[in-house]
Amino acid sequence: MAEYTLKVRRFQPEATDEDKRGAYWDNFDVELDPTLSVLDGLLQARDGEDGSLAVRCSCRAAICGSCGVKINGQSTLACKTQIGEAAEEAERKADGESTTSETGKPEIVIEPMGNMPVIKDLVVDMESTHWEKYRRVTPWLMPSGPPPEREYIVSAEAMVDVTQSVACIQCGSCVSACLSMEADPDFIGPAALAKAYRFVGDPRDGQTTERLYDLANDQHGIYDCTHCFSCIDACPKGVAPMNQIMRLRRLAGHDHDIQDVNNGRNHELAFVKNIEKKGTLDESLLLQESFAPGIKGKLLPTIRSMKGLIESIPTAIRGIRTGKMRSVPKLIPGVHHKLPGDAQDHVKRIYDKTEESRIELNLYVIGEGGEEEGAPGAEGVRAEDITAAAQAEEVTPS
Amino acid sequence: MPDHDVLVIGAGLAGQRAALAAAEHGVSVGIISKVHPIRSHSNAAQGGINAALAVDDSWESHAFDTIKGSDYLSDQDAVEIMCREAPNELLHLEHIGVTFHRNEKGELGTRAFGGASHARTYYVADITGQAIMHTLYEQLMKYADLIDRYEEWFTTELALDEDGNCVGAVTRNIKDGSMELFRAKAVILASGGNGQIWHPTTNALICTGDGIAMAYRAGAKLMDMEMIQYHPTTLRGKGFLITEGARGEGAHLLNAKGERFMEKYAPNKMELASRDVVSRAEQTEINEGRGFPDGTVALDITVVPRKRIHEALREIVLVGRDFAGVDITREPIHIKPGNHYTMGGIKTDIWGRTDVKGLYAAGEAACVSVHGGNRLGANSLLDTLIFGRRSGEDAAKHAAGRGIDRVSRTVLEQEERRVQAIIGRERSGRRVSEIKAELGETMDSKVAVFRDEEGIQSALDTVRRLKEEADGAWIDDRGTIFNQDVLGALELQNMLQQAEATCMAALERKESRGAQFRTDYPERNDEEWLKHIDVSLNGDGPELSYSPVTITDWQPQERTY
Ligand SMILES: Cc1cc2nc3c(=O)[nH]c(=O)nc-3n(C[C@H](O)[C@H](O)[C@H](O)COP(=O)(O)OP(=O)(O)OC[C@H]3O[C@@H](n4cnc5c(N)ncnc54)[C@H](O)[C@@H]3O)c2cc1C
Ligand code: SF4
Ligand code: SF4
Ligand code: FES
Repeated sequence: MAEYTLKVRRFQPEATDEDKRGAYWDNFDVELDPTLSVLDGLLQARDGEDGSLAVRCSCRAAICGSCGVKINGQSTLACKTQIGEAAEEAERKADGESTTSETGKPEIVIEPMGNMPVIKDLVVDMESTHWEKYRRVTPWLMPSGPPPEREYIVSAEAMVDVTQSVACIQCGSCVSACLSMEADPDFIGPAALAKAYRFVGDPRDGQTTERLYDLANDQHGIYDCTHCFSCIDACPKGVAPMNQIMRLRRLAGHDHDIQDVNNGRNHELAFVKNIEKKGTLDESLLLQESFAPGIKGKLLPTIRSMKGLIESIPTAIRGIRTGKMRSVPKLIPGVHHKLPGDAQDHVKRIYDKTEESRIELNLYVIGEGGEEEGAPGAEGVRAEDITAAAQAEEVTPS
Repeated sequence: MPDHDVLVIGAGLAGQRAALAAAEHGVSVGIISKVHPIRSHSNAAQGGINAALAVDDSWESHAFDTIKGSDYLSDQDAVEIMCREAPNELLHLEHIGVTFHRNEKGELGTRAFGGASHARTYYVADITGQAIMHTLYEQLMKYADLIDRYEEWFTTELALDEDGNCVGAVTRNIKDGSMELFRAKAVILASGGNGQIWHPTTNALICTGDGIAMAYRAGAKLMDMEMIQYHPTTLRGKGFLITEGARGEGAHLLNAKGERFMEKYAPNKMELASRDVVSRAEQTEINEGRGFPDGTVALDITVVPRKRIHEALREIVLVGRDFAGVDITREPIHIKPGNHYTMGGIKTDIWGRTDVKGLYAAGEAACVSVHGGNRLGANSLLDTLIFGRRSGEDAAKHAAGRGIDRVSRTVLEQEERRVQAIIGRERSGRRVSEIKAELGETMDSKVAVFRDEEGIQSALDTVRRLKEEADGAWIDDRGTIFNQDVLGALELQNMLQQAEATCMAALERKESRGAQFRTDYPERNDEEWLKHIDVSLNGDGPELSYSPVTITDWQPQERTY
């Protein structure tokens, strides 16, 4: 048993007390075993102290997806986070600063999920922010003909593959953490797109191309994701929504050659080419390349590509202002510097290997990290290589 | 006042399957759930679903295993239906998208489960329930124009007409606290089990058996209420489940001396004997001092190849890691028997019809009875789907060609007053949470794996005292929006009514059969007790009666594994 302080962000929509109008913080002292969960702590507070503390929960075991919250700023499930670990994390974050309570213990900060309107305390509205989008991706299997007499014969791998998305419990943690969602609330979002992959990747579905075409051309679709990894970090079930989105992109752009109205495909290709050549991102070439790809594109730019290029000038300016594009000279062709030593060769090797093996970033297929057996990915590109390359890039990934 | 031909209360597997079946018959359907449907407890089913689909398997073999597993208390006509219809139901699930495990040939593959003579459990990694339920929810989206969903609505009471027919239900919209009278031509209760009456339990916090209590109050009979399954492999304290799939994949049970003790109790089936048998074996080891100091024995999964563990038992790896701090691929995990499943429930016939006209029940809330004294692993999902579908079909037929009755609003007003009274209670007496905790501990210590008259009687006395206390128990939340506190008080009343019925039935059955093991009557006694105990509400208290067990082809035999 140990004592903990829970600092809960509360909102009581019907409160009449002056100090409880609007959102406010409330502290609860609880006592429980460190291996129990933050949800157990919240329930102890609710059962013993204040029954009006609203939090959705049911299974207590990370399977129903009810209890998505932010703990110490991180989107996760309250029932899956051990309270002892949460306290240690709080301590690390506080790092001697003033977030400790009167008793001197670090406070575990618990807030409702982000990107969603709060209904009461830790209960948020997922209908408008998630379920509508879930319905948006036509979430049911659409086989092309009548079913066979017995089961569909499909490879074991294909079923295991989509099972990673099937494992999603619709908890919303990823939606809460998603940076693109913050910028564009209409973004279909990580969970709904992972759901979309579940059908696209299913060999029994007969609408693969239509689905991909739809998702690629939606202005708030697969090309709206900025690759920030937040959803992968947040997901309690190893769904890795970003990976599913990347696979949708690969299927749409590379395999089905869908030229989308968002120019997502070309932008992506330009990016890939850019790094292959330069090792780090050369913004001066990126815009040009993505809107007017190839030599032909530059000699004979289409009206659409000119328009796209002009439309993105404000983005470029904003990029310079916010420091994302670090300097004006970077926009001048030719100024971009080279990678040190033979780093560029390493980058090239990663490209070659990736082409060769086309690894699928699927935990159900490749097993957990540190696995000594059964990881086909191990013979292809190692995750460390990819991280190393990412670190070699000195610009912030966009 | 929302009107529907068929109103389904509960949106787990049984409820969603019933709604879809009714919609396929062209009637309008409303489906209510106190949590978002995909948060329903059917999610938790890790292991799989049984069906005799393989060419060398037969429905007769499945039926025999089920009947033997039930300790001959199941109704054999119902078992026969379930086992015969299982293969088609399974194929239907596959056709609508469930990503069942495949073998190398791309066909459906199986795993072994307890009490079964054939490996006939179909599965999706160890998220079978979740995978099936999310797939059914997808179908609800597909049929959205026929099926209205009421997500996060809490049903407090059924509505009856003057003749005692069920014609709707009173339901509270959790988001704003408004109460509505839903009218319907037929009502299907698919509101799940009541594991929360015990503590600890593998069941989710929402498993309070509300539907069982509502049907009981509406005059329906409950059956086999004494038959409560304790699952052999749960974690101490919080009661998390380690799926039987682990033993199906070859895991061993060991006592503190490292002995594979099942050799003594079930030399043939070993760890894969029926659940009641394995739970009793463990409890005996623990009681006789061969367990670990924390009152557990060990489950050794390390004997299963690691790759296979990651592929087929991934969820268990996470449960071990997140909730017990144990890497199950490297070391044994401590487990004990824990409350898991209610075999009993609302008595129905093979079409889900209860004793109340217009009222149906399916899934864990119902008792058809296919599980009798002990349910086999992976038979419950099957039960929810088969009898969910059958109730949906029959309810649709019942509704067709019938007008919506005029329903008196009295029940609505009465329920509004009941809820308001709880919200307005004085702060005296005990908190709802305290009473619930005492109930859970009492039932887990006295109406569990081993029982005797003294213990059950004292549990019953406690339950009766708690019932009185609950009538005055107070809550903090006085609001309308998302008032979970008041729902907790309503659930507590429901649980206490069921606990009383369970104690009464357990006291009554003076023999040992399936999950009911009476140390004061340690033998099965077919002469006197090969019959169901029914409980109905008379005034404020339970009244017991009996009904015969339907026996078709399988005469009771001695049960060894
Ligand atoms: C941990 C665990 C593992 C299991 N593994 C297996 C397995 O491998 N194989 C197997 O066959 N079985 C398994 N079972 C059993 C099986 O999961 C359940 O028996 C089955 O899912 C019950 O389904 P259901 O549809 O009857 O009820 P549930 O899924 O519990 O659904 C009940 C529904 O009713 C609603 N509801 C309840 N009360 C109200 C109310 N007052 N108002 C409105 N709505 C209400 C709920 O919101 C919910 O939607 C397992 C059970 C547990 C606990
Ligand atoms: S990777 Fe994409 S989907 Fe995931 S959180 Fe970042 S922007 Fe959102
Ligand atoms: S992808 Fe992960 S984080 Fe997102 S909703 Fe699904 S389970 Fe939750
Ligand atoms: S309570 Fe179910 S996911 Fe946390």
